[in-house]
Order: sequence, then structure tokens, then C-alpha cells
Amino acid sequence: MAGNTEPLSPRARLAVTAGRAAAAVSRAAGRGSGSVIGGRVALRLDPDLLARLAQHLDVVLVSATNGKTTTTRLIAEALRAGGEVVSNALGANMPAGITSALAGGSEARFGVIEVDEKYLATVARDVTPKAIALLNLSRDQLDRAGETRMLAERWREGLTGQKAVIIANADDPLVVWAASSSPQVVWVAAGQEWRDDAWSCPACGGVLQWPGEEWMCGECGFRRPTPSWALSGEYVLDPHGSAWPIRLQLPGRANRANAATSTAVAAAFGVPPQVALERMYGVTAVAGRYDVVRHQGRELRLLLAKNPAGWLETFSLIDAPPAPVILSVNARGADGTDTSWLWDVDYSRLAGHPIRVIGDRKLDLAVRLEVAGVDFQVCADANEAVASCPPGRIESISNYTAFQDLRRVVGN
Amino acid sequence: MSNASLRVVWIYPDLLSTYGDQGNVLVVERRARQRGLEVQRTDVRSDQPVPTSGDIYLIGGGEDRPQRLAAERLLRDGGLTRAVNNGAIVFSVCAGYQILGHQFVNDLEQVSPGLGLLDVHSTRGESDRCVGDVLGDIDEQLRLPQLTGFENHQGVTHLGPTARPLARVRLGQGNGTGDGTEGAWNGTVFGTYMHGPVLARNPHIADLLIKLALDVNALPPVDDRWYEALRQERIMAATQPA
Ligand SMILES: [Zn+2]
Repeated sequence: MAGNTEPLSPRARLAVTAGRAAAAVSRAAGRGSGSVIGGRVALRLDPDLLARLAQHLDVVLVSATNGKTTTTRLIAEALRAGGEVVSNALGANMPAGITSALAGGSEARFGVIEVDEKYLATVARDVTPKAIALLNLSRDQLDRAGETRMLAERWREGLTGQKAVIIANADDPLVVWAASSSPQVVWVAAGQEWRDDAWSCPACGGVLQWPGEEWMCGECGFRRPTPSWALSGEYVLDPHGSAWPIRLQLPGRANRANAATSTAVAAAFGVPPQVALERMYGVTAVAGRYDVVRHQGRELRLLLAKNPAGWLETFSLIDAPPAPVILSVNARGADGTDTSWLWDVDYSRLAGHPIRVIGDRKLDLAVRLEVAGVDFQVCADANEAVASCPPGRIESISNYTAFQDLRRVVGN
Repeated sequence: MSNASLRVVWIYPDLLSTYGDQGNVLVVERRARQRGLEVQRTDVRSDQPVPTSGDIYLIGGGEDRPQRLAAERLLRDGGLTRAVNNGAIVFSVCAGYQILGHQFVNDLEQVSPGLGLLDVHSTRGESDRCVGDVLGDIDEQLRLPQLTGFENHQGVTHLGPTARPLARVRLGQGNGTGDGTEGAWNGTVFGTYMHGPVLARNPHIADLLIKLALDVNALPPVDDRWYEALRQERIMAATQPA
């Protein structure tokens, strides 16, 4: 165990204590878990606190548009085979939330940290990670997050000369562009179903060709690197060519991809694939996602999809028709106030499912489904939508605040 | 009309497809099919020639570098200009709108030439990005109900004498010139800063494009219930902010 061999400086200790106090006040005032506000207070007292807290940890950072919370959880489970882990498991992924999470793990050996895409470079500079896992980049809440290609560019600049080993998805050209400025990269063929942000070469602007899985730029030669790890159906292939079965309770191809990347990360920390994968089986739900709850005599599966790539992966894991699907979309601050992304999602894939539509922006969704030519029914709220479905399994897919709303309604 | 066919061309989705721009294509396609038209949709990537035989061309928005590349490739290709000279209809959004003008400011802070199909030129805005719901009155010559849309852009577009504003905004920025104009049109070429996508919020504009393509004055009605409900909701939301 590494533990904290050197004590924190008095200033850092004060900052941690002040942060804890602020978090406790925030919790008592009923304003959420308090982790972000605590971290913010602590960072204001000691701006170097994050670096200091991470000093004694073997840190892995996880960033992506989709799957970062789940992957952080899978890696944390795997690394627990080698020692205590501290992690921002609840998804508070900006510097204040990360600081707060680390402050709670003084005895840990490993830090497994989810990082918001926009803060990756900053956090990577502060915490001197041993590894950085990069899963995917695609359009997400454009009115807030800015532009996808610019994000890849910022990752690339921020990662230039990084000493950490970068574990990156070879199947996402934007991720490859971002990672390939780093001296040490482990490529994982983790797949990426969504391609609509990767037609234009991030290096030269030429048109990328995808004759099969092996994408390449016809103009400048930028191409898919040779992966050393790969997701292959229900298996992870390691660099020696051994195939390790993936057994997860989490559904879907995207989660198998997350598991494949997590296995490669675990290996970088000395945890063998078999051990890592066995431990990942224990994960059943991540912050309520994938949970199945009983409500009004039905089994409602809670699925979260925040952007077109996420919706695409979610469509591929739901039960086949006639399983009913409840779709819920909001456009509040955390969702992005712009609903245009609905038009990048291929809702015709839901043909054959009975579809119920709820959420603040149900009319945007109604027009989208009308143009997709699928049948749907607009409902006043979640209870009406559930009541209109026959007993049995219901798939619900929601974006961020709609998901939180639904969890409250069904008592999850 | 049942045997008629409509050729819809989506220009450069690899470069210009940012804010659900595909939605405009899907709405035109859907509403044409509902009128019994056969629709041939062609998505043209920027390494392919632009067909000159299309009826309706749609161009979306994009980031600054892809916009510059798209303009360069469209100028080199020449197909879109030839199509417009043959009477084709073009509907463009944001970066695509700027490309149709005489010039715009590119990612290298230089002036890029556009196609000159609309008498407009674009500059970079001095102030913050224009983001939010927009409400406006469409040019009375077009005889369409009010415009509802969503904008997210920093560009400013100035209209020359032969371009007419597509609308006058009552809420929002539109062209960003401060004179209340939004978008531009001239004959069969249209440009707007509204994404949303704009044709889902304004299906009458999609119908206008189809009517121009078919050279008819009216189309059989379709079920507009959900479009109308959405329009009313967005107009209410824009006029009575929470
Ligand atoms: Zn290239």
C-alpha cells in the first residue's frame, strides 16, 4: 500500500477540512451530495490541493463523450484487486468534484478519476497520472461544449509530451488524433458505431475512407493505428492474442467496449485480464443507469442517452419489439438548451416498438418521430406512459435531466 | 403528381452537418413522399462531384475550418453554381448560408471567397455568440406564417441590394447586423441562420421549396398536427421566457 507517506501540509489539511465542512453544510441544506461545493471551497484555499492529494496515488484518468462514468466504475472494480481505490464514482468530473472525491481517500493506492472532456488537459497536468483512458469523442450539447474537432485539438495539445501511458480507442479517428501526439499509446480496438463526426480527417481535412474497420485518410496518410487490444464480440483479445470472455451484468456493445478498455488499463497497473474481468461482473448499475425498477406492476429499465452516439448505442441494446419504449427528452441547462441533436438520431430504428413520448420537449420528439415515420403516443408524464404499456418489461431512454426526473418518479 | 419525382441533394454532410442539419433533408423528403412524390436523395461528400441535375440542394452548418474547405471544394467543383443557373433550389443554413454569399471570414482570419449565389457577405461578430430561440415575420412576398427557430452563430451577414431578407426578427439576432433582418433569399436561393432544424419548426418553408421545384402553387395537405403543436409551444416559450 502506498498510502500517504508524507503528511499533507498544514495549508492543504486546512483546505481539506474546510472543504469537508462546506460539503457537510451543503448536504445539511439539502443541496445534493455536497461534493462539488466542498471541493470548490477547498480549491480556493489551496489551488495546488488536487496535485497534492494525487501525489501519493497511482492515478488513471478516464475521459470521453460517452461511457466515462461506467468505465471509471469498471476500472475501479478491477484495480481493487491490487489495493484500495478512491474514485469520483458519482460522476462529479470537474476539478472541484475530483478534489472532493480524492480528499475522501487518504488511504488509497489508486485514484480512478472520470474527467470532463473540457478539463482533461488541466487535470492531467495537475495529478500526474500513470494512465489516461480515452474512449470516444462525438457531438454533444453543442451550445455548451463547443465543437467536437476543437475538443480533439485541445486534447492533443494538452497531451503532447504526457508521461502517462495513453490507452485509446483506435476506432475513433478523433481520439486517435488526440492521442497520437503522446509518446506512449496503447491502442484498443474498442469500436465506435457513430461515425458522423469522423468523416473529415482531423489532421488535414481530407475525406476519411472506411472500406471496413480500417479507416484512413486518402490525402495525408493519417490512418487507424494497429491495436494491441481488441473487443471481439463477447471477448477481449489481449496483446498476446489470448481471448478473455467478457461477462457483464451491464448490457450492450458499448459496455463491452468499456470493459475491453478497462481490461487494458488494469493490465497497465499489473492486474491480469481474468482477474479484472471477473471483478467487473460485480457492477450491476452505474448511478442508476441500467437499473431495472418495478413500477405500477411493470419492470422499467432505466437507460440514459445524452447525445446521438449514445442513443445509437442504446438502440442496439434494448429488447426487441414488441417491448415498449418510453422516450423522454428535456432541454434544461445540463442537457443543453438546443434540441437539434434529435435530428442526428436515427429513430426509424425503433420501428415496431410501441413508443411513448414524455419530457419537457416531447413535442420536438413528436415531430422527429413523425418525420421518421414511426408510430408513437405522446403522454402527459411518466406515470401515464407506464400505465399505457402492458405488464412486463419496458425500456426507457432519457437524456440527462429527464433521466433524473424519471428516477424520482419511480423511486430509484 | 403521383409519378413525379424529386431529386434532393445534401451537400457535404462530411463537412457541413453540425446542428441536426440532416433534419432539413429528412423533412423535405418526408413531406414530398407524403404528397406521393418519388424522392431520390443523394448525399454528396466533399470528395465527390456535385450533381447538376438536382431539384433541391440543402447545405448545413459547420465549424470554421470545414466551412473554408467546403467553400474551396464547391468553388473548384462548380456543380452547385451550374445547377442554380439551371433553376435549382438551394436552402442553406449558417456556415452554408455564408458560403453562398460573396465572401466570409475563415478560420485563418482571412477572407474566403464564396459562390456568390446570394448577394450577401459575412464578417465575424464582435459580440458574443447569438444563441437562443428566434421569432420573426417571413418576407411578405413569400406569404408564409411566422418563423420560429433556434440560432447559434457568431457570424454577421450583410445583405446587398439584390438579396431580400428572409424574415424580420421580433426576438433573436438573425443576421446579426442589428437591423432586424434574418437570412436572405433571391429567386430560388435561400439562406438562414436558423438551425433547429428550421424546416421541422417551419414545414411551410419545406413545402415552399417543394412547390418551387415542382413549379406548382399548392400541394395536397398533410397532417401537420405535431408540427403545429411544436410551433405553438416554441412561439409561447420565446415570447414568455420562464
Ligand atoms: Zn488527412
